[in-house]
Amino acid sequence: MEPIVFYILAAITVVTALLMVTRTSPISSAVWLIACFFAFAGLFVLLEAHFIAVIQVLLYAGAIMVLFVFVIMLLNLRPEELKTRAIRFQTVLGGIFVLYLVFLLPLSLFRSGKLLFPEVLPQFGYVQGIAEMIFTKYLVPFEVTSVLLLVAIVGSVIMGKRKL
Amino acid sequence: MEYIFAAIKTVLIFVAVINLVPLLIWLERKGAAYIQDRRGPNRANILGIRLGGLIHSLSDVVKLLTKEDIIPPYVNKPFYLLAPMISMFVATITVAVVPFADPILINGKEFLLQVADLDAGLLYVFAASSLGVYGIMLAGWAANNKYSLLGGLRSAAQMVSYEMSLGLAVVGVFLLTGSFKLSEIVAFQGANPFHWNILLQPLGFFLFVTSIFAETNRLPFDLPEGESEIVAGYHVEYSSMKFALFFMAEYAHIVVGSCIIVTLFLGGWHFPFLTRDWIWNHTTMLIHLFWIVLAILSVAGGTWLVWQYKPHKYNDLRDYETLVFGVPGIIVGGSLLMTWLLFHTVVPLEIPTPDWVRQAMVTALQLGTFVGKVLFVCFVFIWVRWTLPRFRYDQVMRLGWKMMLPLALANIFITAGMILIFR
Repeated sequence: MEPIVFYILAAITVVTALLMVTRTSPISSAVWLIACFFAFAGLFVLLEAHFIAVIQVLLYAGAIMVLFVFVIMLLNLRPEELKTRAIRFQTVLGGIFVLYLVFLLPLSLFRSGKLLFPEVLPQFGYVQGIAEMIFTKYLVPFEVTSVLLLVAIVGSVIMGKRKL
Repeated sequence: MEYIFAAIKTVLIFVAVINLVPLLIWLERKGAAYIQDRRGPNRANILGIRLGGLIHSLSDVVKLLTKEDIIPPYVNKPFYLLAPMISMFVATITVAVVPFADPILINGKEFLLQVADLDAGLLYVFAASSLGVYGIMLAGWAANNKYSLLGGLRSAAQMVSYEMSLGLAVVGVFLLTGSFKLSEIVAFQGANPFHWNILLQPLGFFLFVTSIFAETNRLPFDLPEGESEIVAGYHVEYSSMKFALFFMAEYAHIVVGSCIIVTLFLGGWHFPFLTRDWIWNHTTMLIHLFWIVLAILSVAGGTWLVWQYKPHKYNDLRDYETLVFGVPGIIVGGSLLMTWLLFHTVVPLEIPTPDWVRQAMVTALQLGTFVGKVLFVCFVFIWVRWTLPRFRYDQVMRLGWKMMLPLALANIFITAGMILIFR
């Protein structure tokens, strides 16, 4: 049962992601991306990570994408106003380089011989498990990330409004 | 077996929410009418029976289903069709985590009266409600109409602003309960009304209710519709059943929002001062009480209706409506009263109370309490709508960002400080 659900969700994720990249209308792209997030949330649920699944929908699909769609609607971008995408030499080179990295990273990790994915606690994906991890073991990275986000917000406000 | 139960529960709860919608529309029309010193809908009837205007909702349904369904040629068709579906879907899935009563124990097995008791319960509610904006935004954009687009934009800005205070307002509740599970939040509040979150978190309650108003796009926050400025906002171009879906989604949102408010702040399914054990031990007394109250109410109601009968008021079948309901009311109430007196004085009868009767009593009382509270909060929604005028757009933004957000943050700090000091 579980593998079937996984493959269905994975297929939806890949197809919607591809559709998101290839649509010309910005709004359709955004909507396909939202569908992609939902499939992702399903994958998280399959991994027993209910909290992350809900947060995925709440933050990405519910808040960030709303802002994206809002901006697209506000600017009212038409498909024809966007530049047509042409395949250039840099793109091909970049693609090849990315593929090389994609194969290199897992290969090096497997060669190191360490246990890649240590066994997690049974309550790992639930609220309590995540809260304990965030506020004990990973407190400093967590706080650093929040400061980083604050810096980004202040920076974008200053960039957007030079004269306050 | 588990899956079948889950499916049955899902369907039942969905049907319950959908069926509350026409009732709420009726309540809204009548409430509006009485607030404005009118009579409200009282013409639609079947063979003279009007049920105080409820038949009007039925005729509305028939009207909306049979109207011509126009799809304008200039709309973006996929999104145009998708938007009402999203609205309705999102409005109804939220109710999945709301507990309606204590779990029922059948042969030692717990049977939850909620679709799913998720670990991240309330976050699921926020996740679902944050998606509601897509229905409105896509509708506004797909219609290719300036007014629609304005409605969609307003809705997006409003939703994003008020989601912040919506989420922050309940952090105090989390701090008190120590859990996201709605069943645990209800259990924490208990049967004592002085321990309900409305009194423990008064500021949080007001912030949450205000944010829910904004999320459901009800007056004073109905800027996305704004009939006087942008015609009807996001659903200008919709007709027939597609419009009805938006209409139903609004009322489904009210029902679901009321369920969440009741669960979080008004003690959920707890009847004030009556704990589950007390009901369990006093079932016999409660049955007697219900019997007498039902009898007296139906006699009194029947008498009042018969009193209202005036011949030749309309000169058609509507004249007899009061008699059709009044006379059976008196007969049923009278016979209930007679049987009670008979069993109580002449032939003493012990009412048998096996466990399932007690369980049924507990569940019925809790369900009834929950539905009663939800209907009351729904009425508050209607009451506010017909009392307050609409905000201006800048006022909405100022209220959301400059007043509610700092207040919600202050609420978190005060609650956390109190817990730190007193625990």
